[in-house]
This record gives sequence, C-alpha cells and structure tokens, in this order.
Amino acid sequence: MHEQHVVSPRIYFAIFAALLLLTLVTVQVAAIDLGEPEIFFGKRVPLNVVVALVIACVKAVLVILFFMHVKYSPRLTQLVIGAAFVWLFILLAVTLSDYWSRGWVGGNPGT
Amino acid sequence: MASPTTGPRSLLAHHFADLGEQKDATTLGMWLFLAQEVMFFGGLFLVYTVYRFNFHDAFAAASHHLDVKLGAINTAVLIGSSLTMALAVHAAALGKRQQLVVFLLLTVLLGSAFLGVKVVEYADKYHHHLVPGPGFSGEALHLEGDRARQAEMYFSLYFGMTGLHALHMIVGIPILLALAVKGWRGAYSPEYNTPVEFTGLYWHFVDIVWIFLFPFLYLIH
Repeated sequence: MHEQHVVSPRIYFAIFAALLLLTLVTVQVAAIDLGEPEIFFGKRVPLNVVVALVIACVKAVLVILFFMHVKYSPRLTQLVIGAAFVWLFILLAVTLSDYWSRGWVGGNPGT
Repeated sequence: MASPTTGPRSLLAHHFADLGEQKDATTLGMWLFLAQEVMFFGGLFLVYTVYRFNFHDAFAAASHHLDVKLGAINTAVLIGSSLTMALAVHAAALGKRQQLVVFLLLTVLLGSAFLGVKVVEYADKYHHHLVPGPGFSGEALHLEGDRARQAEMYFSLYFGMTGLHALHMIVGIPILLALAVKGWRGAYSPEYNTPVEFTGLYWHFVDIVWIFLFPFLYLIH
C-alpha cells in the first residue's frame, strides 16, 4: 500500500510567499536596463531577458515540486515529468538553432 | 457505506490491487495529459520567440502598451488561487469537508477575479484598435506600414496565448464548482480524494503557464 504524503500547510504558505516575492523582484528588475554584454560566443545577450526567464523557471519549479507534490511523487511519475521537459527542450533547442544559424551559409536564407 | 474497496459501490476499480496503486496510476495519467499540454503551450512560446527575434522593435513597442501593474496583480491573484487549491487538496486528504468546500470556492473566486482583470485588459485593446483583423490600427503604438503589421502579429500571439490560457481557466472553474458540490455531499475522504488531487494538478499547471506568459508578454521588451 502506497502511503499518502500529507504536506504541512506551513510549506504551502512559505512557497506562496516566495512566489509573491519573486514576482515583485521580476517586475522591479524589468524596469532597470541591465544592458546587453557580449557573453555568449561573442553574441550580445540581453540580461533582462535572462533574468526574467530564470526567475520564471524558479517559480515554475517551486510550484511543480511543492504545490504539485512532485517532490513526494513516485519515481515513475518524476521520470515522466522529467522526460516531458526533455522533449520540450528538444522542441525549443532544435528549432531555435535552425533559425539562429540559417544566415551562416550562402544561398536562400529562408526567413 | 460499505467498505470503500469492496462491494457494488466500491471506490476501487477491479483492475487495481489497492487504492494506493489506483491513485498512482491516476496521477501518472494526469501528468501525461499535462506533458502534452507542456508541448502544446511550448510550441506557442517558441513561435512567439522566433517572431520576437525577427520583429524586435515592433514587438517591444506593442508589449510596452500592456499594463505591467495589471499583469503583476493578476500574477499575484493566480498564485493566491494556487495556494487555496493546494490547501483544498490538503483539506480533502485530511477529510475536512467544510475546509475543502471553502478553499475550493476561494479558488473559484480568485480565478474569476483573474478573468475579470483579463476582461478589462481585452477591453482596453479593443478601444485602442489593437485587436488583430480588419479593424487593427498601429496608431495607438505610433507604428505604420510593416511595423504596424508586425505589431498586429504580436497581438495575434497575445490574444491567442492569453485566450487559450483563459480558456483553460474557464474549463477549470466549473470543475472546481462540481468538486465543491460533491465535496459538500461528502464524496471525498482521506481514503478517496483523487478527483480533488488531479484537478489541483490541472489548476497549478494553468498557474505555471501564466508564470511564463507574464514575463514573455509584459516584461521583456
């Protein structure tokens, strides 16, 4: 028999507070221009975008692990969720690498 | 009621060994559904990213038109609804009937507040002729010609993505109300509360989609 794990409401309130704080931080940071340093293979990277996406990812992970109980889920469920994000990564990475590199060679650039 | 796992009104389907196994299988099934939702919304975010690279200036001008304050308030409201949903699942797991109903109704209330703010935002776009289609005009954004067409693409994605997100909430709210009615009648107990649990997963997923929509559409210029 699989024992049901009951999470303390105190953890839910702590996660809620963390999510609100991160929302406040992401709004405040968006108002500041962090610039576009050349840090990725000589390419300019808009830091505001990086910060906004990192904060969104942290918030999503908090919701998934605690509100959605994945931290306490069976390994099989965790594997399925991990696999879902691997597929999402393939979708994003392969498509974006295509758009990014199309201008590198001659001929019809496509876009 | 007879034992929850035997008899004609058993809560346990005959192909499962016990309620724990049944619950794990249901949760896994729900996650497989959510995995295809991740791919579905992921594709939309991908389209948005590609267009944003190609039409950077028009997309920046268009996203500046959105009200960051309303977006941030809505983010907080939706996070709050995730908290009340988590507390509803908790109440169901402990068999606290009244708490379950109260937290489900609070979740419905916060979800409705989110949709209300969305209506205000959509009305603003309508008044400024920013709804894609023959009535679209780049005037409110001081854009003309190709740039206006590119901004129209931004608003197509804006309405498409936030609209699909809102549709998920419009689907979720009646489900929450049905759970509240069944919960009030005592359908859920510490032994059996899977419907509350997987509706919770769905609701949190909708919250996560918004956690990404907010920076993509409102914050990144």
